[in-house]
Amino acid sequence: MSTVRDWAAPNPVTENRSGLIGKPVDRYEGRLKVTGTAAYAYEVETPAPPLYGHIVSSTLAKGRITAIDTSAAAAAPGVVLAWSHLNVPAQAARGTRLNPRSQRASNPALESDRVEHYGQSVVFILADTPENARAAGGLVRITYAAEDADLDFLSSLDLAGPAPGEEDARVGDFEAGYSASEVTVDDTWFSPLQNHAQMEPCATTAWWEGDKVVVHTSIQMVKGGQHALAETLGIPSDRVRLFTRYIGGGFGGKGQAYDDLTLAALAARESGRPVRVAYTRQQMFQATIHRPAVQMRVRLGADRSGRLNAMALEAVTHCARNAPFVEHAASFARNLYAAPHRLTGHRLVLLDIPHAGAMRAPGEAPGMLSLECAMDELAEKLGLDPIELRIRNEPEVDPDNAKPFSVRQLVRCMQEGAQQFGWSRRHPTPGAVRDGRWYVGMGMATAIRGNFLLPAKAGLRLTGDGLATLTQGMTDIGTGTYTILAQITGETLGLPLDQVRVELGDSDMPPAPGSGGQFGAATAGSAAYETAMVMRRRLSELAAGDPRSPLYGEDPTLMDFANGNIVLGNRSESLAALASRAGPEGVYVEGGISPAADARDWSQHTYGAQFAEVGVDSVTGEVRLRRMFGVFAAGRILNAKLAKSQITGGMIWGVGAALTESNPVDPRFGSFLHQDLGGYLAPVHADIVNLDAVLLDEADDKANPMGIKGVGELGICGAGAAIANAVYNACGVRLRDYPLTPDKVLAALEAKGL
Amino acid sequence: MKPFAFERARDVDHALSLAASSPGARFLAGGTNILDLMKLEIEQPPRLIDVGRLPLAEISETASGGLRIGALATNTAVASDPRVRRRYPALARAILAGGSVQLRNKASVGGNLMQRTRCPYFMDAAKPCNKRLPGSGCSAMEGLSSTLALFGASEMCVAVSPSDMSVALAAFDAVAETVRADGSVQRRPVETLHRLPGEAPQVDTDLAPDELILAVELPPPPPGRQVWRKVRARASYTGAIASVAVAGDRVALGAVAARPWRARFTEAALADGASPAEAAGAELAHADGPESRKSLVRRLAADAIREAKEGAAS
Ligand SMILES: Cc1cc2nc3c(=O)[nH]c(=O)nc-3n(C[C@H](O)[C@H](O)[C@H](O)COP(=O)(O)OP(=O)(O)OC[C@H]3O[C@@H](n4cnc5c(N)ncnc54)[C@H](O)[C@@H]3O)c2cc1C
Ligand code: SF4
Repeated sequence: MSTVRDWAAPNPVTENRSGLIGKPVDRYEGRLKVTGTAAYAYEVETPAPPLYGHIVSSTLAKGRITAIDTSAAAAAPGVVLAWSHLNVPAQAARGTRLNPRSQRASNPALESDRVEHYGQSVVFILADTPENARAAGGLVRITYAAEDADLDFLSSLDLAGPAPGEEDARVGDFEAGYSASEVTVDDTWFSPLQNHAQMEPCATTAWWEGDKVVVHTSIQMVKGGQHALAETLGIPSDRVRLFTRYIGGGFGGKGQAYDDLTLAALAARESGRPVRVAYTRQQMFQATIHRPAVQMRVRLGADRSGRLNAMALEAVTHCARNAPFVEHAASFARNLYAAPHRLTGHRLVLLDIPHAGAMRAPGEAPGMLSLECAMDELAEKLGLDPIELRIRNEPEVDPDNAKPFSVRQLVRCMQEGAQQFGWSRRHPTPGAVRDGRWYVGMGMATAIRGNFLLPAKAGLRLTGDGLATLTQGMTDIGTGTYTILAQITGETLGLPLDQVRVELGDSDMPPAPGSGGQFGAATAGSAAYETAMVMRRRLSELAAGDPRSPLYGEDPTLMDFANGNIVLGNRSESLAALASRAGPEGVYVEGGISPAADARDWSQHTYGAQFAEVGVDSVTGEVRLRRMFGVFAAGRILNAKLAKSQITGGMIWGVGAALTESNPVDPRFGSFLHQDLGGYLAPVHADIVNLDAVLLDEADDKANPMGIKGVGELGICGAGAAIANAVYNACGVRLRDYPLTPDKVLAALEAKGL
Repeated sequence: MKPFAFERARDVDHALSLAASSPGARFLAGGTNILDLMKLEIEQPPRLIDVGRLPLAEISETASGGLRIGALATNTAVASDPRVRRRYPALARAILAGGSVQLRNKASVGGNLMQRTRCPYFMDAAKPCNKRLPGSGCSAMEGLSSTLALFGASEMCVAVSPSDMSVALAAFDAVAETVRADGSVQRRPVETLHRLPGEAPQVDTDLAPDELILAVELPPPPPGRQVWRKVRARASYTGAIASVAVAGDRVALGAVAARPWRARFTEAALADGASPAEAAGAELAHADGPESRKSLVRRLAADAIREAKEGAAS
């Protein structure tokens, strides 16, 4: 097992001699996507004309199906079959794991007469066209027996219990420390239920080749999907071949397989034809996961100089009764600020609504909306600039575990951000700046998000045409994985980008954990790097041992790679020539990465500082973002354009969280109010007129051999808090109930007599 | 979506005779509303009559000095017409505040007037809704949506019209010209084209099933400044929480009723010399709904009126 010391040695990526690392290369698949030639899961070519499935969803939150009549649907034009729990083919019981090494357990569809949430699949129709399938779906008649259900989070808070397997993190004596503090803040924030709102709905195309099923599906984790389907069908996982080549947005919502995958595979087996199944836009909201609402109480106690003496963040959240999930909204606080007396923890309410799950920056995204505003309140009470308050509380070591930081440039992010944003022009008194009918204000917040490295493998083939092809059971959910892996492979092998191919999203390829938790680039990228290093060694040995090579007999450890050649002194040979002599298949190697033995001896995070300027319409309470700017530190940057696009995309998510995004549960039905993108308001271009981000120069040599870290989730962290703080600075209204919609802002303005 | 017959009308008469002979048929213009509703099985017409290619897209001067806008002129075409922009800027702005560029490129004037409410419970076929399924109840009454009618609602339905364009049209006293299969032509003020829900919220307008909107006619604009404002949670691509069009001494409110709402009490108060705030209050005194919503509309209307009087944005 390697240690971080091994990683610190110079290597082709950190030396970056051909400059591919960091280069703002366009996404290789961008043109395919915008020209409609990238085949998404629902669109892949099938070996025979496909049939189309449509899922009918429950309109009950909790209870039993007492009668189900699919006869009219089954007799409708073009319909091939209609399944309910009464006649769906056998699947493994929920939670079964035939293969103990499976990453996921069985997840059967149309499992029983039980309904556990609104929008659960209850009937499946297979027909010759999508239209016929959907029309037949409308003919199904279902009678339900409803049962009492817990549907409303805020009125069920008294049902909250401890988060399973967790205890509160306590340091010192919070209560005593808090009551002894000279200056205190004690407030409660609410972050509502939100949806991922991916552009591409979940979809699967499936067909069988003998006893093996081939599925193309939209999922972030290749192995997860393959194992879930194999377990559900009760077959070994090597009889499931799963492809997921292009994904139209995931954000955590496609970290798991849904019923489209299971039902497509079952229906393809039953019908002997390829089958396509997609969720409708409406189903995406209720049949897939969401970010749960979180209620957060923050208490801060400080001395007059601003040193935190006590800090508590207590979060109450919810999940579906039979699908445990905790939105860890309090955890980040443990690593962010030091205080001698601390309390952080989570409580959970079990509800009978659709499943809660991971959504971009789970934990930090809602969590920072509270603490980072509480810090703003504390700063005001102390008469300190919010940045100065944070600098005074900047810890020397990780407050949670006293580990040294691998690198922590949080203060630099704040200071550079302040300078570039023009923070000094902020008027500390709320409501002091007007522009016509607009109140104008500025706010800031910090960002922190963990960094992770998981085990991963990759394969690499060099062929006689000089082309290097990297293969990995990895996904690109629109983040640019294809492109950065090509950059890493090219730089390591000394090959130009047009001689590198990357193939992803195939369960037959060497496995990688997929995209999630902002671990994708570091994990898959490190595996690609290690594999390219294996290739370098193999090629060096081949050259040294081959009398036909000009490098014959030389020391392989001294050979270098540049411009498509293997080089030693003034002798060189092209990689193409070397590979073609190795045989028609060229040279194939595999490699991989696993966390260093001592990786956890350091505290590793990504950091940032968010700055926002907003206008608040004094007449209507509408809040409009005027500009937003962030400075971030996230290790070495592989591709300046893609990294910035991830970061700014995250910031835009923060804008949505602060101002527009929320999907309330209608407690009369257990359904969400919004079921399409016209109603669920994610920001649009007009909301984002001036938003930019800068990534600091950084290399984190404790993170992995390349010193890179994740950027996919960092941008959202703290972004919404910066906006809420700006709203306060603009008009003196401190709203703690997100999103800050015009009705709430106006009510608060009126309450102040404005 | 239910299977349906599709027919492309050759000319207006063909469209009308198809409509007259097939009960439940609907016209298809840009399709941006009707097709969505059909996919959700909220509209289930057995036949769609495509009027989209009929020659009804012209914008022309009227003898009285106004404009006649063909029912099939796209929202984009109207909003970018130089005559509209010069003489009816509040109309151009109202249209540009609606939907997205892509939607406006497809959406027609007739379709925009006839679009159905976006009440979320109307849009969800699984929920009780008197407008969609008469007698099933109104889910919005005790529901979560906040954009409910302040004027002219009934116990049966509190939905609002989502059309921004019609609010400006109402302020301009625009008239919709329609024709039926029997050749009869009618001229209906846009202001009252839509019915108030009363006992029959399922009927949006008085138009007969075979009645096609041919054009909208705008009289010459009234003297005075024009203002358009739309309140919404995000800066584009979403319906109004409330809107207001001011054209000289006329004021129309949007997203507060099942039709564009001419604020006649406001107009009368202004004629009597009331301040903008007083005049706005005069209309809201007749509103029925949550105080917070009334307050928003009052502030919005007052500020728009003030801006129209004083010119400069406050
Ligand atoms: C996501 C989204 C957001 C939107 N936001 C807004 C907004 O902010 N503001 C706004 O005002 N609108 C908004 N709209 C609505 C949009 O403006 C309407 O969908 C559009 O104007 C309808 O025009 P169309 O030509 O596509 O109508 P169609 O969908 O073709 O038809 C709509 C209805 O009108 C009838 N009809 C069409 N033409 C005629 C005619 N000549 N005579 C009689 N009946 C006719 C049809 O039979 C049908 O019942 C939005 C729509 C969407 C999908
Ligand atoms: S307000 Fe009208 S449209 Fe909305 S649910 Fe009630 S009856 Fe239906």
